[in-house]
Amino acid sequence: MRIDVKKTYKLYIGGAFPRSESGRSYEITNSKGVFIANPAQASRKDLRDAVVAARSAFGGWSGATAFNRGQILYRAAEIMEGRSAQFVDEIVAIEGITPSAAKKQVQEAIDTWVWYSGWCDKIGSIYGSTNQVSGAFYNFTIPEPVGVVGAFAPQKSSLLGLVQTIAPIIAAGNTVVAIASQKLPLPAITLAEVLATSDLPGGVVNILTGITAELAPWMGSHMDVDAVDASGLTGAQDKELRIAGSENLKRVSTFKSELSPQRLLAFMEHKTVWHPIGL
Amino acid sequence: MTFEYAPAPESTSVVKIKSEYGLFINGKFVPAKGGKTFTTINPATEERLTKVAFAAPSDVDKAVAAARTAYSKVWSKMPAAERGKYLFRIARILQERAREFAVLETMDNGKPIRETRDIDIPLAAAHFFYHAGWADKLEHAGVGSSPKPHGVVGQVIPWNFPLLMLSWKIAPALATGNTVVLKPAETTPLTALLFAEVCQQADLPAGVVNIVTGDGSTGSAIVNHPDIDKIAFTGSTAVGKGIARAIAGTKKSATLELGGKGANIVFEDAPIDETVEGIISGIFFNQGHVCCAGSRLLVQENIQDELLEKLKRRISQIRVGDPLDKNTDLGAINSAAQLAKIHELSQSGDLEGAERWSPQCDLPGKGFWFPPTIFTGVTQAHRIAQEEIFGPVLSVLTFRTPQEAIEKANNTPFGLSAGIWTDKGSRILWTAKHLKAGVIWANTFNKFDPASPFGGYKESGWGREGGRHGLAAYLKGNH
Repeated sequence: MRIDVKKTYKLYIGGAFPRSESGRSYEITNSKGVFIANPAQASRKDLRDAVVAARSAFGGWSGATAFNRGQILYRAAEIMEGRSAQFVDEIVAIEGITPSAAKKQVQEAIDTWVWYSGWCDKIGSIYGSTNQVSGAFYNFTIPEPVGVVGAFAPQKSSLLGLVQTIAPIIAAGNTVVAIASQKLPLPAITLAEVLATSDLPGGVVNILTGITAELAPWMGSHMDVDAVDASGLTGAQDKELRIAGSENLKRVSTFKSELSPQRLLAFMEHKTVWHPIGL
Repeated sequence: MTFEYAPAPESTSVVKIKSEYGLFINGKFVPAKGGKTFTTINPATEERLTKVAFAAPSDVDKAVAAARTAYSKVWSKMPAAERGKYLFRIARILQERAREFAVLETMDNGKPIRETRDIDIPLAAAHFFYHAGWADKLEHAGVGSSPKPHGVVGQVIPWNFPLLMLSWKIAPALATGNTVVLKPAETTPLTALLFAEVCQQADLPAGVVNIVTGDGSTGSAIVNHPDIDKIAFTGSTAVGKGIARAIAGTKKSATLELGGKGANIVFEDAPIDETVEGIISGIFFNQGHVCCAGSRLLVQENIQDELLEKLKRRISQIRVGDPLDKNTDLGAINSAAQLAKIHELSQSGDLEGAERWSPQCDLPGKGFWFPPTIFTGVTQAHRIAQEEIFGPVLSVLTFRTPQEAIEKANNTPFGLSAGIWTDKGSRILWTAKHLKAGVIWANTFNKFDPASPFGGYKESGWGREGGRHGLAAYLKGNH
């Protein structure tokens, strides 16, 4: 008989997999109360470190060509495909759903990467514009990434919801500090292992596990976070985050649909440039 | 040899100011609760122009109720093309009565007649004309195939471009099928009330546009009103943050156009004479009462002396005085409070070690005035490099490399506007790409157009106004 080698589930910050600097972890059980793992319980310092990593990565990622970003998102889909069985096992264990339902979720997550990959080099064409101003000026508007985005993944989905949250944010050229579902965090860390091997520069995606209610106010008051996807928050947490976020006028959004260019545009700023036309 | 200008005052006979103005609610002028009023003055003379109703929260309730009824019974049911025709009508009436609006705006605001006549009023009319054409094309606005209006929109506007800001707010709101409760600024209510007469002349259905005059408490009653679906605000960043807090956890969305501290970057190869004109229009247009003003001049160090010499010579030719004079370049500061703020920040420039310069110029004895002013030797830590002065005061900083220019330009919590002056096309696009600002003028400055989206990054606000992007902010998408 062989004893399994179990994985230590750690955070994903700046391309590395540290434990929480606080030394804290919390217990995850399956739907029947059976112990599964002790993932890291991220602290305020971990969140701040993740924001620093995301800010450092922003220049390179937003400066990369859209074609390049699209290829890297597609690469994430490729690597996930190869790891499908592992994701299915983890989702079955943590969500308590059937293997076929878990498989469907994994396939949808992979296809979500592919869908958003294709948006990278089209969002500007579709949502930018040349503007017919009254005068001898050339005037155009382009969407640009807003910067560092904090993202609270939906609580009820361990993998798919997280991918639907992260993919559009980075497709738009932002970097992200994502907070995994509090009770279903393990596939998020496996996703981090996929991203770490997908040519995605370290710091573009940072993933924290921990207590949502604890992390939300720290995200809301962080002055170097430009925008937040609040999908995984309760109404009260959402309100509190928006109040704290008003201090630097964070752009806070939630979404109706999983696949929508609005998920990119919510984390983009439109820049308009004027230049005279003349000899 | 110098030529003296003879006075060339615009006649005020085209304007008939009434002795008192009510609130415009449900298509009629009505007194405020308890008959409360406040006065509005001409800031160039301190003469009292008239008194205006002061809306209490209960008056705002009535206005919102009128807007709600108009929305559900009339405006949301009207075919879009017909809705658009009302906006075309309004645009035309504004053009017909343009001179009257220009003179009244200059009297109430203090800005030169040259600007109200050539910029504020024509652009306001153009905004209605532009958005009129959108009314029946909303499925092309980029928010999905069946966009819906929000419902009742509450709008609060500033005093720096009273009618123009009204048009930026009301035109897209009506084109998209919303109804409106708008509060003009306390010091500049008159053109909004004249606009109410335009709505009557256009036969706009009662309650589609409601105008309530008052102060911050009136604005607050609008922002916090439970039956308002969306807020659109232009004004200070401090108030904008307060609005963001007030609407947290409610159904309301918001568009916020807030403060700025625009960097106007001059590279060593810039066409110097055009650049000087651009710097002038960047900071002295509208007395510098412009959120997107080019209030920080970033000049490449090796051309600073030449540029400043030419700039000072040009500033010396600016004509400060009677705003109704057609030759006036720089009019009155809008209020005593604003003048005090400009003095206070300028004094901080002196105290913190920057060097102040103004040309010799005679300011009128009455009214609120401030001479065109530049500060040199400004560092990034100075308050006059960080805080919005909102007056005719330019802070001059220098840089050596393009990277340093970007770093300094972006070293502000604001992100509304920026300027770039260079002869090199690739450098324009490189600089524009790296600036964190929503509106970038390259080899020009302070140009506005209804087709051009306007709005800021970071603490300069949320969303855009103008163009397809501004229109979309008044629609709820279905995707």
